[in-house]
Amino acid sequence: MRIREQSQLYPPITKPTASPWQHRHILDLDDFSRQEMEFLFHTADAMKEILGREIKRVPTLRGKTVVTMFYEPSTRTRLSFEMAAKSLGADVTSITAATSSAVKGESLVDTVRTIQALGSDVLVMRHPCSGAPYLVAQQVASSVVNAGDGWHAHPTQALLDLYTIRSHHGGVEGAKAVIIGDILHSRVARSNIWGLTIMGAQVVLCGPPTLLPRFWGQAYPQAIIEPDIEAALADADIIMVLRLQRERQQGGLLPSIEEYVRLYQLDERRLALAKPDALVMHPGPVNEGIEIAPEVAHGAQSVIEEQVANGVAVRMALLYLLAGGAH
Amino acid sequence: MPEKTILTEEDIRRSLSRIAHEIIEHNRGGQGVVLVGIHTRGVPLAQRLANLIAEFEGSQVPVGSLDISFYRDDLSWRDPPPVVRRTDMPTDIAGKRVILVDDVLYTGRSIRAALDALIDHGRPESIQLAVLVDRGHRELPIRADYVGKNLPSARREEVQVRLKETDGRDEVAIITNREGGGQ
Amino acid sequence: MTEALLIRGRLFDPGQGLDRVGDLLIEGGKIAWLGEPGLAPKPDVPVLEAQRLIVCPGFIDLHCHLREPGQEDKETIASGTQAAARGGFTTVCAMPNTQPPLDSGAAVDYVLKRATQEGAVRVLPIGCITRGRKGEELAELGELAQAGAVAFSDDGNSVADPRLLRNALEYSRSFGLPVIEHCEDASLSKDGVMNEGWTSARLGLRGIPPAAEETVVARDIALAELTGARLHLAHLTTAGSVELVRRAKEKGLPITAEVTPHHLTLTEERVMGAEWGWLGRVPPRHQPLNSCAYDTSAKVNPPLRTPADVLALNRGLQDGTIDAIATDHAPHRLVDKLCEFDLAAFGISGLETALAALLALVHIGELKLETLIEALTYGPARILGRDTQTGLREGAPADITIFDPEAQWVVDPQAFASKGKNTPLAGYTLRGKVMATIVDGRLVYKDDSL
Repeated sequence: MRIREQSQLYPPITKPTASPWQHRHILDLDDFSRQEMEFLFHTADAMKEILGREIKRVPTLRGKTVVTMFYEPSTRTRLSFEMAAKSLGADVTSITAATSSAVKGESLVDTVRTIQALGSDVLVMRHPCSGAPYLVAQQVASSVVNAGDGWHAHPTQALLDLYTIRSHHGGVEGAKAVIIGDILHSRVARSNIWGLTIMGAQVVLCGPPTLLPRFWGQAYPQAIIEPDIEAALADADIIMVLRLQRERQQGGLLPSIEEYVRLYQLDERRLALAKPDALVMHPGPVNEGIEIAPEVAHGAQSVIEEQVANGVAVRMALLYLLAGGAH
Repeated sequence: MPEKTILTEEDIRRSLSRIAHEIIEHNRGGQGVVLVGIHTRGVPLAQRLANLIAEFEGSQVPVGSLDISFYRDDLSWRDPPPVVRRTDMPTDIAGKRVILVDDVLYTGRSIRAALDALIDHGRPESIQLAVLVDRGHRELPIRADYVGKNLPSARREEVQVRLKETDGRDEVAIITNREGGGQ
Repeated sequence: MTEALLIRGRLFDPGQGLDRVGDLLIEGGKIAWLGEPGLAPKPDVPVLEAQRLIVCPGFIDLHCHLREPGQEDKETIASGTQAAARGGFTTVCAMPNTQPPLDSGAAVDYVLKRATQEGAVRVLPIGCITRGRKGEELAELGELAQAGAVAFSDDGNSVADPRLLRNALEYSRSFGLPVIEHCEDASLSKDGVMNEGWTSARLGLRGIPPAAEETVVARDIALAELTGARLHLAHLTTAGSVELVRRAKEKGLPITAEVTPHHLTLTEERVMGAEWGWLGRVPPRHQPLNSCAYDTSAKVNPPLRTPADVLALNRGLQDGTIDAIATDHAPHRLVDKLCEFDLAAFGISGLETALAALLALVHIGELKLETLIEALTYGPARILGRDTQTGLREGAPADITIFDPEAQWVVDPQAFASKGKNTPLAGYTLRGKVMATIVDGRLVYKDDSL
């Protein structure tokens, strides 16, 4: 059985009183402390309350500007950030690759300097090159939020994943979290390894050897590599399924999609190996019938839709903590 | 810093008791009333008033708590942003008589923020304000409907309300800061 | 200055086993005399005080990119050779990946002419192996040799077609010039931006596996054995490559190899920021990245490898498997590096930091001074067939480098003579400084403190 979140009418007011928040930028989760993450989730609870109101809007960031700069198409993440910013009363400006000067050959550094000159408090960026937000963070005075960079990191996705787990299981301490699929190319996997282990979970990685090369053991020694999917899933508390891009087969990393389905798809038979209350998660968009069977994606243990809903609350909390004070 | 006790535990009890009676009197026994405490110390005060009303009238008045962090007009001067607490409205406040409860009424800015926060939850029939201490120095046209004690103070003084639920004991003290600064 | 007397320097020439304090007289561009202090035959010439300084044969760089013609915004023959002079190099070999590439006698002529007009040090052009560096048909190697090319290379790329490389090796034999191969399998390294290892996995960057180099080293050795031609392998970076060359040399094959200062001192971790990767400094595996990660100044091809590779390269240098140290000086504009790591240009501006970086190995006891100086002088000279003109010898050209092995300085790229400010050593405090560089008896560089 899943533990449902209990709404406390009069929560003890001894919750966090001093802010442990240290971040100016959100580039990855590797520099987060457990206290900071707990604090963020606590703040996200308050945001969830706002999102439950009829008028889903507060004036907290009135007069602040949030710029979303997406060099890679992603309607979901961009919308989630924009809803979060608008719910806090911020002004939102969006730049997508098509409208930015990228097509005219202007460099990323020139573009962000221009944005800075026009005034922005938070710059939310997605970029196909790993590390691009690190470059930008060095060049601008505003806060930079990484909304996904290449294969490297997607910290807000990992935070909303952790927040979703927390609302079902209370936390992840001691939990077995299995990440299945194309780990090599996955920024979601990288950020979740940091987030889950900082919060006390044991991460197990499982995927085809071409998508999980030998250096992972050295790069992420906190995670265990288990090539056998059945062993990986045994007694798991959390199962994260990654999206499989069709290019991987064209790139020669997989013999065929059919073989991947046979060897690595999360179906009901495999799910039964995990604990009965294990959560099934997916960062979306889901390729139903490829990495995950439709009946599992829509099954009782799936929290995939909840992840999307929690994304707005978690991103609101981040924006509030980054732009709500003076810096 | 020199500190002087202004209200004792007994004084606080008496003040709240009087406020509870006034609330009953002004609101036909408490029908349709919702008490909403402002974080931090308004929350236990609201609860105490609800208990007193229940004692005097035998009727249960719903109690809510309100976090006003999101509505403050001083965020840009605070670093880091204030710790957010949970807002809980026990019932739909539309058409209700909401009584905001806070410990100290000072510049009026917190109440202004609380009014905004409250209205985002619905349109009450009326909003009233109850405070334990009114220390003056208003910067906005706001006044309290129920006041425990009027306490003329200097700006450089700090009025500290302590409650059992949050601070382990009940008292109101006035602290004189040597170098300016308010509360 | 064509006449000068260097006094009380530590005369250091590993080729002759020379290491003693003495004076050295330069006359008519040649070394006229060297010996005991105060005994020089013609003492009334300008004097250069070299006390506590090492006086050694001028350094020779087998591998640098002067970018002229075509990319004068990155470097010119004038700025590049000034950088060489500041780095203690008296001779530099210019790689032919210019625009247009040096694949014709006219292009080689042009470089030589510019070098005569504006070059601070001696410039020896290297010609292309294939026309336009396209790897499709042989360049006119004979014409290039006649014009003055000292070697052939398609540096920047391997000659992918083994049959074409075989022909190049066969054909070059008649000129006695070496073929210099950049060993990289373009399919294995495709889209790679750094070493394939734990750092690339951590950073989510596409890696270049060691095998991208080693498979080509192995192939090239087999072709050298087949043809008997002189093959020189540029910038080796992996333990596997060193082992392959060692075995080839044991067989007596005419193969030589070079290594760069950066591959001897830096590891892949340098990409994570300036505090890591220098002399084996490896971050703890749970170290959070700071905002200086993805440092494009450490993006270089072939990439910085692992501590084990650095150690193997050092061993290879000490046991003679590797013959020479070459800078692979690759200057770039600021905008070529101030961008996303994936899009940044490969390369390090290396001429002005080479000696000091390498002396760090001497200071920590990982390399002998004579091995280092040998690899910067006689090693490359032998590959170019110029060893008889090298050395502190009476009658030899006065190509001399004078350095203070102890002087500390902070690397400031803005002070570089090179237009390329792209160095991973910016801000590092290094010990060892070039004080003067003399080419053909001309003082081409002198430190302000001298």
